Amino acid sequence: MEFLYQRDIYGQTLVELGRINKDIVVLDADLSTSTRTALFAKEFPERFFNFGVAEQNMLATASGLASCGKIVFVSTFAMFATGRAWDQIRNTVAYNGFNVKIVASHAGISVGPDGSSHQALEDIALMRVIPNMNIIVPCDGPQTRDAVMAAVDNPGPFYIRIGRPKVPTIENKPEFKFGKAQVLVEGKDATIVACGIMVNEALVAVENLKKKGIEVGLINLHTLRPLDSETILNTAKETRGFVVCEEHTVVGGLASSIDEILAENHPTKVIRVGIKNRFGQSGEPAELLSEYNLTAGDIEKAVFRIIG
Amino acid sequence: MVYPENQIKELENKAKKIRRLIIEMLSKAGSGHPGGSLSATDLITALYFKVLRHNPKNPHWPNRDRFHLSKGHCCPLWYAVLAECGYFPLEKLWTLRQLGSILQGHPDRRTPGVDVASGSLGQGLSVALGMSLAAKIDKLDYRVYVLLGDGELQEGNIWEAAMAASHYQCDNLVAIVDYNGYQIDGRTNEVMDLEPLVEKWKAFGWHVFKIDGHNMSEILSAYEEAKIIKAKPQVIIAYTTKGKGVSFMENVVDFHGRAPTKEEAERALKELE
Repeated sequence: MEFLYQRDIYGQTLVELGRINKDIVVLDADLSTSTRTALFAKEFPERFFNFGVAEQNMLATASGLASCGKIVFVSTFAMFATGRAWDQIRNTVAYNGFNVKIVASHAGISVGPDGSSHQALEDIALMRVIPNMNIIVPCDGPQTRDAVMAAVDNPGPFYIRIGRPKVPTIENKPEFKFGKAQVLVEGKDATIVACGIMVNEALVAVENLKKKGIEVGLINLHTLRPLDSETILNTAKETRGFVVCEEHTVVGGLASSIDEILAENHPTKVIRVGIKNRFGQSGEPAELLSEYNLTAGDIEKAVFRIIG
Repeated sequence: MVYPENQIKELENKAKKIRRLIIEMLSKAGSGHPGGSLSATDLITALYFKVLRHNPKNPHWPNRDRFHLSKGHCCPLWYAVLAECGYFPLEKLWTLRQLGSILQGHPDRRTPGVDVASGSLGQGLSVALGMSLAAKIDKLDYRVYVLLGDGELQEGNIWEAAMAASHYQCDNLVAIVDYNGYQIDGRTNEVMDLEPLVEKWKAFGWHVFKIDGHNMSEILSAYEEAKIIKAKPQVIIAYTTKGKGVSFMENVVDFHGRAPTKEEAERALKELE
């Protein structure tokens, strides 16, 4: 199994894009080594700007650049991109509908030892409430490239959420289509919907359950906005219930998105696997996933709550 | 620099007309911000009619000079100037703040001549910085002007942008501070003192001009002299009077965010004849 840093793929994809599109501009706020925008900075110093530890200025400046026709990639940790600069994103990026692509790394509890202040558990919720904002949470390295390409190919603001640790590459995925859910496994006893690193945990759970004779489907819902409600509603007609998994608070993120669609159109049972009314803390990523009930084992338990 | 008297007179008359339009728009709209619109009228009239390189018939011309209104609540001033320049018909001014209007309560891209929306204070200097950096990338020689309110200088984002503009040596960037000395809750020096303001900008690496923001010669000189400054962004700190031009509005904090009544508008227009 191949393990990759999503950040590495992001940095490499930026360089690739920079070579073919002179309108790509990249901004960072003193974390270019961590986010890997430093790779772009090295090759295209005239199109890279470091703003120091000043995220609000970075996001509003991105709008100024975008107003002049630039496609602006903005990177820092998810906590600071979405929390510190929310007003700038809402009023100056999204309201104007600008081509500002926020690629935020170090999202979720898997940031690890840095602890709560650096573990963004609310970032999807913060971005999801803003009109015009497109959101992609890629599940692995190769999908990070797909997400970045989609952000360039589609106009308007994007939020792409990636993590800190290396993640296993999910094999044999259907072709990536922006806005279209990926059905990874078919199965009608229950259906797991996951995004980001939780897709791999879900895959492990599906395989374990299969050994027990339980056929569980798995959907990688990489694009949270615009959300593929068609796939969710079609699935709802055939499944006994959903388990929704996210490395994020259960409020306002993927589970909420699914709940909203189902409640209005096809009420179906949903069990949420996510972070429940808690802040993060220090620890190794694997320890934290366990402490916050985000493991394959936790997903299996959730499935049993549906199938009884 | 000395400017011919007729040129100055012409600009002063234009500013008077802009002030009349501001009063009429706000009175018809029934809400809005006259005080800061009137205090910055001379600065922005001089900019659009004598300094700015722009073409109302081609508002997206890539090498046009940029203007951004960071103190977005003073958009009646901007709208009046844009209409007077010919960006859209004058009668549109009477739709200010109405449902579906191209003239929103705060600046918006649906208005011809407006590149970036504003309203949430403290972000406009960053927006202008982005426009300035884009010019450097594209090797274009346009200049970027941004109007800041004095109250909004209390926002931290402004000083983040000030630091960055100086770091990147944005000599194509001009910030204009409408220093009228008032904000919604009262005098700036009582709500949150900005002084020493000249020293603050200098400390952030900016070239500072101090002018009387109602003296057309001083305004034009500052804009012209700013063009020759190299390697530093420039700030024009313009000392102004809130509500300038209407006696009963001058330095009256109530008129920061209250539109004149019909009767008040009539009195104001008489003073501006």
